[in-house]
Amino acid sequence: MMMIFGKPAPLLFGQLLLGVINGSFYAMLSMGLAIIFGLLKIINFAHGAMFMIGAFVTWGLLNYLGINFWFALVLSPVIVGAAGYALERTVISRIYKLDVLYGLLLTFGLAQLVQGAMTINFGSSGVSYAAPDILSGVMNLGFMYLPVYRGFVIFAAVIICFAVWFAIEKTKLGALLRAATENPALVQSFGVNVPQLIALTFAGGVALAALAGVLAAPLYSVNPDMGSNLINTVFAVVVIGGMGSIGGAILTGFALGVIEGFNDVLYPPGSAVVVFVVMAIVLLARPAGLFGKVT
Amino acid sequence: MKVSRRKVVTTGAAATAVAAVMPTLPARAAGKSLTIGVCSDFSGTYSDVGGETSVVCVKQALADFGAANKGYDVTVIKGDHQNKPDVGAGLARQWFDSGVDLLIDVPNSAVGLAIAGVAAEKNKAYINSNAATSKLTGTACNAQTIHWTYDTYMLSHSTGGAMVAAGGKSWFFITANYAFGQLLRDQTMAVVKAGGGTVVGDVDYPFPQTTDFSSFLVQAQSSGAQVLGLANAGKDTVNSIKQAHQFGITQSGMKIAGLLIFINDIHGIGLDIAQGLILTESFYWNMNDKTRALTKRIVANSPNNYPCMGHAGCYAGTLHFMKAVDAIGVDAASSGSAVVEQMKKMPTSDDAFGQRSIREDGRFMCPSYLFQVKKPGESSTPWDYYNLLHTTPAEATFAPVATEGCPLVKA
Repeated sequence: MMMIFGKPAPLLFGQLLLGVINGSFYAMLSMGLAIIFGLLKIINFAHGAMFMIGAFVTWGLLNYLGINFWFALVLSPVIVGAAGYALERTVISRIYKLDVLYGLLLTFGLAQLVQGAMTINFGSSGVSYAAPDILSGVMNLGFMYLPVYRGFVIFAAVIICFAVWFAIEKTKLGALLRAATENPALVQSFGVNVPQLIALTFAGGVALAALAGVLAAPLYSVNPDMGSNLINTVFAVVVIGGMGSIGGAILTGFALGVIEGFNDVLYPPGSAVVVFVVMAIVLLARPAGLFGKVT
Repeated sequence: MKVSRRKVVTTGAAATAVAAVMPTLPARAAGKSLTIGVCSDFSGTYSDVGGETSVVCVKQALADFGAANKGYDVTVIKGDHQNKPDVGAGLARQWFDSGVDLLIDVPNSAVGLAIAGVAAEKNKAYINSNAATSKLTGTACNAQTIHWTYDTYMLSHSTGGAMVAAGGKSWFFITANYAFGQLLRDQTMAVVKAGGGTVVGDVDYPFPQTTDFSSFLVQAQSSGAQVLGLANAGKDTVNSIKQAHQFGITQSGMKIAGLLIFINDIHGIGLDIAQGLILTESFYWNMNDKTRALTKRIVANSPNNYPCMGHAGCYAGTLHFMKAVDAIGVDAASSGSAVVEQMKKMPTSDDAFGQRSIREDGRFMCPSYLFQVKKPGESSTPWDYYNLLHTTPAEATFAPVATEGCPLVKA
């Protein structure tokens, strides 16, 4: 058998694939964070909580209303996005004029509240959610067995990431959004309702987190901590990619997933820190991140 | 608006620190007043096997003891150790200095060991009901500590021994990389090797940050081992087993030995996936009429979480502590070693464990039960999850006292 770094090659191919799957979640979550930060200058620490709520809404839709996974893929982001819209209008919008750190503290507090409330109601072990039957099998790829559902996650994540990147960077709507954050007074003078646009952007970022939550529900235990476990890594992804850079967040998310995957074979005890080691190295070499612009 | 990265990072760290709020104590009243501190994981991976239900169990024990009728004014306080030994030890020190008479629960072996040292230093009673490490009654034992419900010796010999006896000779371990996981893995490895088996691989993953076990599971799968030994607990075990199912590990014939699984974990996994798992607990709510009646009283105040063995230990430990205090008086009981000595002298008696005793090294002696998780069709009521396979008597459940290296035990 071919060996790489003293490990069987098929094992490393397996890790590459698993890394891409984990990277899918990093990419989807960090993309939402990058949009909210890039356009609103809010460091949304509640992003992990929104991801978790997305998963719980998916579970609730099935268990209380009998609505299956495929409808939840649309409904859950819409529901959580609407909640995000209300949150932006009532709470977040009040702090735009303050230092960016207030946004961080506010969203951190909100995340703690939401997480605590969910723990009281559902316990910390959480609830289980089964993958849809059509995606529940296992594929034999030769070098590993891949759950069909995980394959689906990669597919979905790539499409979602590309669609969002395209919408923000290449369409008129995206240009309007970017203009509105750059110079809101000017854009408003053209008759655009800027506060509304900003609220919808926040709702969109939150909906993306919820969508990732829907995709995560069948993979992990749906529990109140599922977001807070990921959020530190996701912030590291945003910082490495360059804060506010959407394309950077996507590419970095996938790349870090792969690096983590290899690390899990070569030195498993280090898997919690490898992302932060990369972050430190990148910041030393490029203080604005890989794709960020120095302002 | 300009943001410096340094500002973001420092504020993030400050915000995290805000979450670590230390609970404060009420002023100590005169007369027969006592304070019991429940130090547990209230927010993390072990909060369902400890946490609020532990507090409910302590209060239930006080009610069943009739503390108020007997003139005791007992205050129950709680604190979250966040699975950090320094936070747990700091909390214990603060509590003991401000008059806490008994500290109880403490899931997480690293925190449990740290607090044992503080209890000895401050001479205060400490009942650990929820950490697994057998060092609490071994090299780290002291005159103030009682280890109640279970330990790594029990788990490795009961579950591990049963799997080896059933033909599972080659093992791959996935281990939570801290005091508990390492000890449980090492003791189980010894059982496997003593039974003629081999260990073909082991990965140690960082605790408590890990939620995705797929990389480790794929390594286990490619090792070709017959048994996957999970030397972890709580949500880690739930995630490991669910993900093992997704990767077709059990379907391909590999057996999973969950070395520490609580009923709350089975609830989180669901019977569809958990069915057939072999595990060991020293308490099961649906064991007999007394355990069922006790559980009914507890669940009235903990509706979403049934008691596991760790919770039962909090109940039984508190009840026994109160009996010992009653025997020697509140003033004498402010000495941890005095009240613990009294607890060792008296036989225990409660609805959770029946008539038992506490050994000189602080080991609560109870039988252990090897269970198999029911199929979904066999479960008739909520949380009706186990079939009893085998009972190991107390003397065989725990390591012989002379072999543990406890300095309290005279050679």
